[in-house]
Order: sequence, then C-alpha cells, then structure tokens
Amino acid sequence: MAGILVFVEQRNSEVRKASLQALSEAKRQGAVVSAVLPGSGIGEAAAGLGAWGADKIYVADDPNLELYSSDGYAEVVVKAVEQAQPSAIFFAGTAMGRDLAPTVAARLGVGAIPDAVGLALDGEKFSAHRPVYSGKAIATVDTAGKTPQVVSLRPNVFAADEAGGAGEVVALDGLSLSIRAVVKELLEAAGGELDVAEADVIVSGGRGIKGPENFALIKSLADALGGAVGASRAAVDAGWIEHSHQVGQTGKVVSPSLYIAAGISGAIQHLAGMSSSKVIVAINKDSDAPIFKVADYGIVGDLFDVIPPMVDAINAL
Amino acid sequence: MNCIVCMTSVPDTASVIKVGGDGKGIDESGIKWIVSPYDEYALEEALQITEAKGGEVTVVTYGPDLAEAALRDCLARGAHQAVHILGGEATLGDSFTIAKVLAAAIKDREYDLVLCGFKGVGTDCGQVGQMLAELLDLPHIVNVLELEVGDGSLTAGRDVEGGREKVESPLPSLVTCQKGLNEPRYAALKGIMAAKKKPVEKIEVASLGVDEGSGGFYKVEKLELPPAKATGTIIQGEDDAAAAAAELVKLLREDAKAI
Repeated sequence: MAGILVFVEQRNSEVRKASLQALSEAKRQGAVVSAVLPGSGIGEAAAGLGAWGADKIYVADDPNLELYSSDGYAEVVVKAVEQAQPSAIFFAGTAMGRDLAPTVAARLGVGAIPDAVGLALDGEKFSAHRPVYSGKAIATVDTAGKTPQVVSLRPNVFAADEAGGAGEVVALDGLSLSIRAVVKELLEAAGGELDVAEADVIVSGGRGIKGPENFALIKSLADALGGAVGASRAAVDAGWIEHSHQVGQTGKVVSPSLYIAAGISGAIQHLAGMSSSKVIVAINKDSDAPIFKVADYGIVGDLFDVIPPMVDAINAL
Repeated sequence: MNCIVCMTSVPDTASVIKVGGDGKGIDESGIKWIVSPYDEYALEEALQITEAKGGEVTVVTYGPDLAEAALRDCLARGAHQAVHILGGEATLGDSFTIAKVLAAAIKDREYDLVLCGFKGVGTDCGQVGQMLAELLDLPHIVNVLELEVGDGSLTAGRDVEGGREKVESPLPSLVTCQKGLNEPRYAALKGIMAAKKKPVEKIEVASLGVDEGSGGFYKVEKLELPPAKATGTIIQGEDDAAAAAAELVKLLREDAKAI
C-alpha cells in the first residue's frame, strides 16, 4: 500500500510509548512508514524513530512547539502530509492524539476513525474495530472510501516492536505557525505520579475500600507491581480521590496488561473503561458481584485481608 | 455573551444494547433517549456564563424527531432558544458530516462561545467539537475541566496524561466539556412549564446545503456484541485470605505471565 504517516508525540523530548505502538502497527501493516514529530530540541528523539520502523522522519523543531497546541501541531502534520502523501495517518489515541486527529482530518477535508482496537487492511482500505456504547458493542468501520484515512489507535492495545533500521530525518520548513489557543503551562502531577491512561498495571479501588485513607492499601499493591492507582466512579463521587484516577465511562478508558479491581462491584459504567485490559483480576467480598463475570482471576474475600499478603507474595518474587 | 451549545440525544447509558436487524445499528426498541451526559456540562456552563454576564444560550441539535424531547429538556433547564436540524439517521458516528451540518446552521448566528460535550455517549467519537471549530475557523480547547471567561478571551484547564494544561484562547472559541467542570442542574417544574412556550426553530437538513447522502466519511460496516468471556479462575478466600493471595500471585506469575 501507499504510505502511512504516524504522528509521534513527545514530552520533554521523550517519545511516548503509545506513539511507538502506532509506529509498530503501521510497520506491521506492511506500509512504507513515515513519522512526523513536532517539538523543541527534539533532534535526538527524531533520529531514534528509525529504529521503530520509520523510513522518513519529518521534524518540526521550533520553540513555539515546545508545548502542545492544536493549531501549531495540526499545521505541522498537514505540512508533513503534503510531503509524504500518505494513504493513511495514524495517531496514538492519547489526550493529544484524540484532539489532534480530528483537527487534522477537518483541515484535510476528511473524517477520522477514533479509538481503533484492531485494524485490517484490504488493498488500500483500512477497516477498524472500535468499541461503541462504552464497549457494549464493537463496530467495524471505515472511512467510506475517503483518503487519507485518519485513524487513532487505543494506547496499550497494539504492541511496540523495535524494527531496527535508520530513518532519514527531514526538517519541515516554511511553517507559518499561527497559534490561537495557547498552552500557557503544563502542571505535572505531583511526584511524577503514573497516570492510569499510560500505566501497564492498574490497581483500582471502589466503594469497598470504605474510605479515602484506604487508598494507601491500594497504592501499596500498585507500588509492588510498578503500577498506577485507579478508582471507580463511586470512590471519586464520594470525594475519596481525584477524578483523574477514575476508570470508566465518565473517566478514563484503559487497556493495561494487568487490571486489578478491589472492592469494585463492576457496574457497566466501570466495565466500559477497563474491559479491554489483557488480564483482569477481581477482589470482592460478594461472590455475585458482576466484576467476576469479566475477571480472568479473582478472589472472593475481604480486600483488607487479601491485599497485604498479596503485596508480601509479590515482593518475595 | 451569547453561547451556542451543541447537544445530541443518545440512548440512556443504562440501556441494554442489542444489535438491530440490519447488523449495523442498534435495536432502538425500548430505548430511552436522553441528553448526552457530557452535553449537560456544556449546557450548565453556558447557563452559568450567561447568568453572570448576560446574553442568551441557544441549543442546537441534529437528529430525528425523537431528539425534540432532549431539546425541550435543555429549554426547561434554562436555555433561551433551540434549533432542531431534522435528520441524522444516516450519519450516526460520522463526525465530519455532523460537524458540517452544525457549522452550516451556526455560522451566521451571533456567538462568543460554542460549547460541546467532549464526546457523544454511544458513538464515543469525541471529534465533532474539533471539526466544528475548524469549519467555523475558531480556536478550540477539548476536555475542559476549568473555565474562566473574561472579556475577549478565556482560560481553561484540561487534564492530559500525568498533568494539567492551562490554556488561553481568544473569543470566540469552542470548548468541549468534561465531567468535573460543574454540577448540571435538573429541570424544575417551573422551567418545564416555561419550556413549552420557548421557540424551537426547525430546519430541514437539506436546506443547509450539506449533502447528507454523499457517502459520508465514516461508514459502519458491522455492529456486533463483544464475544462472551470465558469463565475466570475464582479462588474462595473467605477462610484463608493469605493462602488465596499466594495462589493468586502464583497464577498471575505462572499462568497469566502478567507479573
């Protein structure tokens, strides 16, 4: 097929894992892969993308691109599209990618497919699987013959495989950046706390943890596994933890390798956010809790009795 | 400060979803249609802004006749007027066509701020706001959790992975609203009565000059229910939690290879 252009996201010059997953998936589709990387002081990051399968790396290195802006980054991607003439454009479905993909698509006069969890290529035409109705159904969709086909890929669903190789870095020039909505600052979460949307392991607490102080117990298990702390809507609505930790229909949709739900009954609204996790573990006192229906493994028992020995057993590995 | 709120009506989030006879859409029998939950934050924010600064809130929806109930709900909560673009059965999930229709209906109106939910619940695309902003040539900010509207500009806060961005944008702008921005109000009886007298402007989508039938930009080929999951390995841990914990960790290590 004609080429795939992959938008690559970086923060502090470090390329996001979800972008490497998108690059790898483009390569697996057998396409000629190019990458576009906007930012400031990103020369080294750009050169490294060759190893992930990019034959050509379009770089826009400009102090005005240090922080994300829909306008600035869209302009860069559109410029790269003019040069690469791809038949598809991939974005990682991060906060940035989910904002940028439709913005770029509209500038190119086409639609976009968000949140793909599976891709199939027939000739030049992609069809994508994506969860709809909060994961209650799966739709197979395409862009109705329009190109370039803009697709965002759900993070942590597609594997990142180093391909080896060296790409050619091409500087994008002639940009006339006109940025209207300007990011004034990016306040990083305290202590570099791992975000559930990026974590490979998530341990979430719900109503069953009984109070805000007991998130320390959830955190002890998350720390033992090098994971992030998540929460159900019930725990967030009770004010026990900030909304940024919420997993579910009105929170974040996550697909970690391991998801542990402790004291979470498994309301549809929660399942919508985590059912695409690779391995799901439930810990709940109520053996009839719906969470056990989606769990690969589970313990019927009191989380306060189960988690401490789990932490010990993990630390002993 | 005039605000335009784009609203879509969606199946109640508690609905059981069944695939319809054509294998491409849902079986709509017995579905209750509601204001898409994120659009409630957009409406509430617009109401608070106009209450503080004056001006009017216009709610715009693109949908079939059944969308009128959700539109009346918005009027009952305090929106001043409503625009109902009739159509949309064939464009479900086609964000770009929907954005084109909304843009055609909005472009000649007077507004300082356009507000949308960050996504329509159900199709779960989260794209119409950005596309509409492009078509109206407006700057946009998505997933807004904090909003301060000043004279001629706004500042907004939105969460990204591991942090929060503070964004400044000139007016007019478009924002998409995320849970946490405000607490949406419910319609009171007085509002429900008043809503009956408020104007709803009806527009046939064909009159907007957007070709609904050009094949669109997003085509659903198939809709299926997710495959049923095999029964998991559940350990009874009521009597000996420590033994259950040890067994679980062993399974995760050796069987699932997840740790």
